[in-house]
Amino acid sequence: MTYAPTPPTDGGCRTAPVLKERGQREVFCGLTGIIWLHRKMQDAFFLVVGSRTCAHLLQSAAGVMIFAEPRFATAILEEGDLAGLKDAQDELDAQVDRLLARRPDIKQLFLVGSCPSEVIKLDLAKAAERLTLAHGPSVRVLNFSGSGIETTFTEGEDACLASMVPVLPETDARQLVVVGALPDVVEDQMLGLLSGLGIDTVRCLPTRTAADELSVGPNTVFALTQPFLGETHAALERRHARHLPAPFPYGEEGTTAWLAAIAAEFGVDAETFAAVTDAPRARARAAVSQASEALRGKSVFFMPDSQMEIPLARFLARECGMQPIEVGQPYIHDALHGPDLDLLPAGPQISEGQDVDKQLDRARAARPDLTVCGLGLANPLEAEGLTTKWAIELVFTPVHFYEQAGDLAGLFSRPVRRRNILGLEAAE
Amino acid sequence: MKLSVWTYEGPPHVGAMRVATGMKGLHYVLHAPQGDTYADLLFTMIERRNHRPPVSYTTFQARDLGADTAHLFKDACQDAVDRFKPEAIIVGASCTAELIQDDPAGLAETMGFDIPVIPLELPSYQRKENFGADETFFQIVRHLARPMERTARVTCNLIGPTGLGFRHRDDIEELTGLLSDLGIDVNVCAPMGATPADIARMGAAHFNVLMYPETAESAARWMERELGQPYTKVVPIGAGATRDFIAEVAEITGLPCHADDSRLRQPWYAASVDSTYLTGKRVFIFGDGTHVKAAARIARDEMGFEVAGIGCFNREMARDIRKVAKEYGVEALITDDYLEVEEAIERLQPEMILGTQMERHIGKRLGIPCAVISAPVHVQDFPARYSPQMGFEGANVIFDTWVHPLVMGLEEHLLHMFREDFEFHDDAGASHHGHQAKPRLVEGGAAPDAVASPPEFSGQMKAGDNVIWLDDAERELRKIPFFVRGKARRNTESFATERGLAEISIDTLYEAKAHFAR
Repeated sequence: MTYAPTPPTDGGCRTAPVLKERGQREVFCGLTGIIWLHRKMQDAFFLVVGSRTCAHLLQSAAGVMIFAEPRFATAILEEGDLAGLKDAQDELDAQVDRLLARRPDIKQLFLVGSCPSEVIKLDLAKAAERLTLAHGPSVRVLNFSGSGIETTFTEGEDACLASMVPVLPETDARQLVVVGALPDVVEDQMLGLLSGLGIDTVRCLPTRTAADELSVGPNTVFALTQPFLGETHAALERRHARHLPAPFPYGEEGTTAWLAAIAAEFGVDAETFAAVTDAPRARARAAVSQASEALRGKSVFFMPDSQMEIPLARFLARECGMQPIEVGQPYIHDALHGPDLDLLPAGPQISEGQDVDKQLDRARAARPDLTVCGLGLANPLEAEGLTTKWAIELVFTPVHFYEQAGDLAGLFSRPVRRRNILGLEAAE
Repeated sequence: MKLSVWTYEGPPHVGAMRVATGMKGLHYVLHAPQGDTYADLLFTMIERRNHRPPVSYTTFQARDLGADTAHLFKDACQDAVDRFKPEAIIVGASCTAELIQDDPAGLAETMGFDIPVIPLELPSYQRKENFGADETFFQIVRHLARPMERTARVTCNLIGPTGLGFRHRDDIEELTGLLSDLGIDVNVCAPMGATPADIARMGAAHFNVLMYPETAESAARWMERELGQPYTKVVPIGAGATRDFIAEVAEITGLPCHADDSRLRQPWYAASVDSTYLTGKRVFIFGDGTHVKAAARIARDEMGFEVAGIGCFNREMARDIRKVAKEYGVEALITDDYLEVEEAIERLQPEMILGTQMERHIGKRLGIPCAVISAPVHVQDFPARYSPQMGFEGANVIFDTWVHPLVMGLEEHLLHMFREDFEFHDDAGASHHGHQAKPRLVEGGAAPDAVASPPEFSGQMKAGDNVIWLDDAERELRKIPFFVRGKARRNTESFATERGLAEISIDTLYEAKAHFAR
């Protein structure tokens, strides 16, 4: 297809040397993924088996959502559970019985592993099997780990989705599966675009309810909407589905390139592609150019957080005219992030992993116009005169596809405009 | 295992972070897995601190498990000491590191630092945040404070305020001012604002002011025993408690203590006729033990409320709260399960709740006004303006805070008088309650206005009750102002149920009213 964006003439960042660091990491653990996953999967309950710290983390990260009778909770391990493991399994059964009696509307129960449960090697996989036997077929019990020792922030969603893949029914049907939890409104826009291209056998993972049909097999191709789905990617390939590599659908270019990869696979002709995408492309370009006015020529520094950093840097560099200084990601997965690295103009330091104090030293030395970082760092950096964009919002806010492209640019330009309005000294 | 959605307290290492973040020149090296750094944002966001908490995490990952984690810990210690050059470090483990059995204390002690290394033992699977803060402060004091000559002037230490404490910042200022009026200087305020060097000279004070028993009682007892410093037992929250506190200080110091109370407006405000409508308002009080104890006294003796129930979430204060409850003729609720608190509030039907962030939400759900008196709190309760709880200004602040959520007296009468008025009807709602949180009634008779109630409420009100309201009784119920109607309805229903009545007539309604009359 010829719709793909033109790569930069300098060869992009795919082969750029990656700074790999180990040290203190300032990141969330995978449990945080529960906060948006439980909104998406309407009949699922997430039961974390962990400590008071895990419960406190979810509470702190979920903010006011905690009061809306959320479909997640923590089974807090106590002294007695640590003494003998047999005990812990019985205890877990009892807690699940209580929970399912109180919430008969629950159809999928996820037992979510945490650092403590992983360290004491509490076998949640076995527990999930046993509980499926006990409560099936009305409730399906699965398990995954959202522990900090194994997962970083958005990898929690990856672990959750990957846990669902092995139990999906087998199919030979030719179909497209779109993987990644998106807000409903965005998911519907995407389905509308694909349907306009004449691609109608489209399924989403995760589905909104357990009853929604989803199966997988050798004639399945899949596209990822989120850059943090490495394990799910692998699990789907194990089921002989084929990945369609593409840049991620952020911004006008990303969305077009993402759709183009799918269109090429399904043999969509150029006229149809243009007929479907021309109008929303123009809308998105206009919205981005307006929203990114404050960003042109400004420098940006990404601290690692969600694995969305590389595609976002690509969007900011190519569509908003920003200059990335460093693009930090917790992990880089070539099959997933390669297409975006190809498009990202050469120049920025690409880094994987973190040693937070050293990275902060680099940020302070570079004095970027905008630093994208977590909430534990944002206010301290603001107090040092650096403008920040806190990164978590990028996961919670609808940012994918054409209609959100302007909003996405707006998320980055707001802090810059605010600093101007308040008359604060711009970073020297 | 204990199923939990909401926790009133974090794990104990968060308590240690509160002490470390409150202090200066102290660094906390915490053996903890990747992800535990989430706690930083409590300080940078909720308390809006402009610097990172002085905490280094080892953030070990699965691949590090085994012998590697001990090295990680030592490296983190060395890095922290080199980079931040603290006067002392505290070292400890979070819940996961507690399981992998590296010995942070032992490891740090063998590293030969020339600064004090203070090890912490915080049992994560038994204790909680407040214990963590109390124990950490105790260990710091025990390691650093030494007996020394008293200051020439009478001085005291303020102990207990920490990072993320409910109004700790302004309580310090208020108490410092109050003590200065009494001719007493503050020697050291700790942990908030103190350096390890300051801790070392705490012994020079003549006595200690224990501001918050939850976070400093162990240290207060140790200093009483080892440094011969008595400590105050009265927490000066409320006008009466503040006067008692001054008397206690006079007794300890032998000084003639006369405080300037010219700015204390709360007693007159409570005495003024506008406050008459507050008499006998039934309040439910929940929070940490110290604030609950203080609030109960203010509620009954200084505001004229009736205390309908009290409780606390921290077991360390259970004995105290049980004693207070007995004194007030109510049952104490000692629990950290918010569902139990919600159940108690629903049962007691108070007209006001004094509680934490969580009770605020329970109040919203039940349509009961609420004021926040205790941690845990969200960002809005770390206000920019001066708003202490302690001392005379604290009493003023408390009066305002508690009265605002209530429908004001005159307003209450007007609402009652004009309740059939075309623009003052029930469905217009009470401006002070924000959104209509309260279920409303839709009965056979036409409402005075044509506005339909949301359908989800109408079914809910009738379903689930096995007592039937006769039409005339239901119409009569509607004449009761909406902000007490829910209570009247429940009272009448429980009255009918107790007597085995299947139907509620007007007579039943008024018999129930007479039965519950105070």
